[in-house]
Amino acid sequence: MIQSVETHPTLAEAQRAMGSDAIFMAGGTLVMRDVNAGVPARRIVRSTDPVLAHIRLSGDGVAIGAGVTMAMVAAHRDLTFLAPVARAIGGPQIRNMATVGGNLFAPHPYGDLAVALLALGARVALAGQSGAARPLADVVRDRGRVGLVASVQVPRPQAPADFGFLKASRIKPKGVSVLSVAAHLPRQGGRIRGARVVFGAMGPTPLQAIAVERVLDGQNLDAATIARAAQVAVDGLDPPTDALATAWYRREVAGVHLKRLLERMARS
Amino acid sequence: MIEFRKEFFADERDDNLNEIGKPTRRQDILGHVTGRSPFFDDHLFDGLLHIRCVRSPHHHARIRRIDTAEAQAMPGVVRVLTGRDVPRNLNTLLSLLDFGIDDEPLLADSKVAYKGEPVAAIIAETEAQARAAVTKVRVDWEVRPHVLDVEEAIRPGAPVVCEVYKTNKFIYHGKYDHQKMRYGDVEAAFARADHIVEGRYQMSPIEQAPIETCGAIAAPETNDRYVCYTSTQALFFSLGTAAKVLTTPSNRFHFIGGTVGGGFGGKVDSVHEPIAILGAMLTGRPCKFAWDREEEMQVGAPRGAERWYIKDGVARDGRILARKFTGYFDSGAYTRLSSYAIIKSVGHLPGPYTIPNVHADVYCVYTNRTPATAMRGFGITGVDFAIEAHMDKVAEAVAMNPIDLRILNAYRDGDMKAHRREAKNCALIECCQVVADKAGIALQAASRAASSLRDGGGERGRLPAHTALDQHGVVTGIDTGGYARKTGAQGRPARHIEMPGYTMPTAASAGRAPAQSPARPGAASTAASPSTATEPPRPAPADGGNRRQGAMRFSAISGLRRR
Amino acid sequence: MAKTPVVFVLNGSERAAFAAPGQNLLELLRRGVGDLSPKYGCGQGTCGACTVAIDGETHLACLTLAESVAGRRVDTAAGLASGGQLHPLQDAFMQTFAAQCGYCTPGMLISAKALLDRNPTPTREDVVEAISGNICRCTGYEPIIEAILVAARGRERA
Repeated sequence: MIQSVETHPTLAEAQRAMGSDAIFMAGGTLVMRDVNAGVPARRIVRSTDPVLAHIRLSGDGVAIGAGVTMAMVAAHRDLTFLAPVARAIGGPQIRNMATVGGNLFAPHPYGDLAVALLALGARVALAGQSGAARPLADVVRDRGRVGLVASVQVPRPQAPADFGFLKASRIKPKGVSVLSVAAHLPRQGGRIRGARVVFGAMGPTPLQAIAVERVLDGQNLDAATIARAAQVAVDGLDPPTDALATAWYRREVAGVHLKRLLERMARS
Repeated sequence: MIEFRKEFFADERDDNLNEIGKPTRRQDILGHVTGRSPFFDDHLFDGLLHIRCVRSPHHHARIRRIDTAEAQAMPGVVRVLTGRDVPRNLNTLLSLLDFGIDDEPLLADSKVAYKGEPVAAIIAETEAQARAAVTKVRVDWEVRPHVLDVEEAIRPGAPVVCEVYKTNKFIYHGKYDHQKMRYGDVEAAFARADHIVEGRYQMSPIEQAPIETCGAIAAPETNDRYVCYTSTQALFFSLGTAAKVLTTPSNRFHFIGGTVGGGFGGKVDSVHEPIAILGAMLTGRPCKFAWDREEEMQVGAPRGAERWYIKDGVARDGRILARKFTGYFDSGAYTRLSSYAIIKSVGHLPGPYTIPNVHADVYCVYTNRTPATAMRGFGITGVDFAIEAHMDKVAEAVAMNPIDLRILNAYRDGDMKAHRREAKNCALIECCQVVADKAGIALQAASRAASSLRDGGGERGRLPAHTALDQHGVVTGIDTGGYARKTGAQGRPARHIEMPGYTMPTAASAGRAPAQSPARPGAASTAASPSTATEPPRPAPADGGNRRQGAMRFSAISGLRRR
Repeated sequence: MAKTPVVFVLNGSERAAFAAPGQNLLELLRRGVGDLSPKYGCGQGTCGACTVAIDGETHLACLTLAESVAGRRVDTAAGLASGGQLHPLQDAFMQTFAAQCGYCTPGMLISAKALLDRNPTPTREDVVEAISGNICRCTGYEPIIEAILVAARGRERA
């Protein structure tokens, strides 16, 4: 049962206040539902650090504060490539509350933004760590013990058509993911170089589809390549069975949705 | 978009009505749009206590011991309830109509039969404190084998789900382990048919999922009464149930309801009111017992799953000559309203079609699933899905357009229905014609010319010359007791009997059966004269009437009694 | 467990209540200050019955930490009517039969008002998107969508 709520003016102070009996709350969409259900934590730690809500250009990327909400992402002029992803998350109320930082820790079947950020090769700046930002893939893998996120640095795709995102849900317009998939396919002379394809809701965390990336690299995004990519869509993934879909169903449709996404990207 | 097609049956209708056919404003809508409609939880009480249940993590287990000591000592805990605190800890909802044997505890004390079944209730100062204390109740479980499939549940040797019904089948009218319909002779008709079309249809349970979860608040009132604000859809049903399980005259309860945040059938089970009132009785303070969303979805009784087998005998020209149903309703661990759903269902067979030979055996089966209850047309919508899917299958077998097939077989005014009533005010043909028109489907000339008002009755209006009867599934030695019996002040509790399962009736037991039953015990395979149905109703024999008074009254409302 | 005093502006009036640690805004509004218009439906952010506006943005009261509204402006369906006059959305909901049981209605109204405040001439798609976080189990949405469009058209004419 929660015994206290501590609100700190800076993220660094919040970081120091954390401990095994504490839970950090940002937008509250994940933490408060656990608190309502009787989470075993004793302390809620929050921070009102204004830096958390910053969005600023840095180099050829954008640094997004961990406290930036989905609604802010959807509305910001420098984040148009992420706007369709942010708009696919929750309803308007959730988007006004849920944060970029929180989405990195969202358990299955949530975390669609993290899927997109992972495909874009985002890096994460952690609170109280001055060194280089860590790759998001590491943070997602170790997310039980990475500490507090200060910001996410997202490289902007060179051309808008290089990045695509698709979410399959049973209820429209708002529904939880049966699966989501994001692809970042930078092109050099028409050929894909450094493909990154990431699935959401196909494992405990967002997972990179290495086999798909291997198929795509060095190729034109043509029908034959797309067909081969779809064939290996679920290699290395571990889709769960939940109230939304069985593992079997997710395996069956993963290739179909990947194909639809790649075809859409090939057309644009 | 509603379209009134007033050209149909115009002479059967008086359109000079004040309200019908004209929009009118809901009387409660001002409260709704201003947020002032008083739902059960919109009543504030100082010192309100909160109740949360300790629930079984197992599908099926015996309870060896419940240790509440640690929970009792948790901060804010005022009282812990177990089955011992419930004055009459065994009930079945329809006992108020004398239908069925008490089979379900309010708080399980000897065994649990579904995952989430409550075994104790914590009463605490805050909901969070009640939640925390729930985790501190220690239950010593002896896990038993469970069964989750209806057909597996009725096989010999299956785990006994419900101790009252040891064959995992509800006993209908103290006589059969299923609800029966016999009309004509399906087997003889199958032998004559050009096609036999068979199908198996399975429905899932469906949660009503009202936005307001089920709940009740009870508080001590003046004059030694208790007020109870409740989300129930069935206020007097919940009042009667609370009075029964708390062995308290109902005039000591002041029930207030009627503002329900969505129900759809899921708010009739009357489990919240008695627990909230019991809490108020034992603590002397206002108590709220409400489910959270997870409970609503997990232990809230759904529309039960149904499995249907349908076998049709069909003539080459598409006429359905015979239809045989075997149905299994998944009642979950207890009866609740599934027994009644089946009565409705069998009264609905064989769907809106004139079929001269119909046979149905429909079982209310206990499994280790969440008990099922009411939901919008329960007992009807599930089997309608099966029937209409099957009609399409029949159409395919005889290479007919499925709408033509429906019009060919549809009830017409004056036809005899399988439950021995005359079909009146039929309109399926006209509906089919409009649907075909709107969907751009070309019908046969005969279908276009057909009318519900023509070609019915006559030969189609007569009872079959011969109805094949049998004693399949007869059960003897059952006394269903009688809670609401008017003769005798206390009513008579159900006799807990050893159920022999399928026992052929003795002459004596067959002789006790009422004369009105369509399928006469002891009269297997004898012809029922068509004239018997037109005899004027006879008064029931005095002793038989007394003995079976409750069940007879229920039969009357469910259309089983011949009129 | 120390409770925290929370002072905020509810429907234009300053209110104060004590929040227990971890208490959500829905509980504070309903039990703390007696505004019963936001409803509990799930406690998980799924149904939208507890939708309120915080500084003009829609939020889910069940997922909002009560003390986080200190010093902020909270608006609920109870404050929609003013001076005995219903809000145009309330009139439109009555006119189009946009409420059956009425339980989702307060949340729907707040989501609809946030839309019209931001976008006075919404398309049908805008309306569908704006109420996509509010579940209704009775009316089937169409009368609700119609009500919001009717209210928008009425405002346009005014």
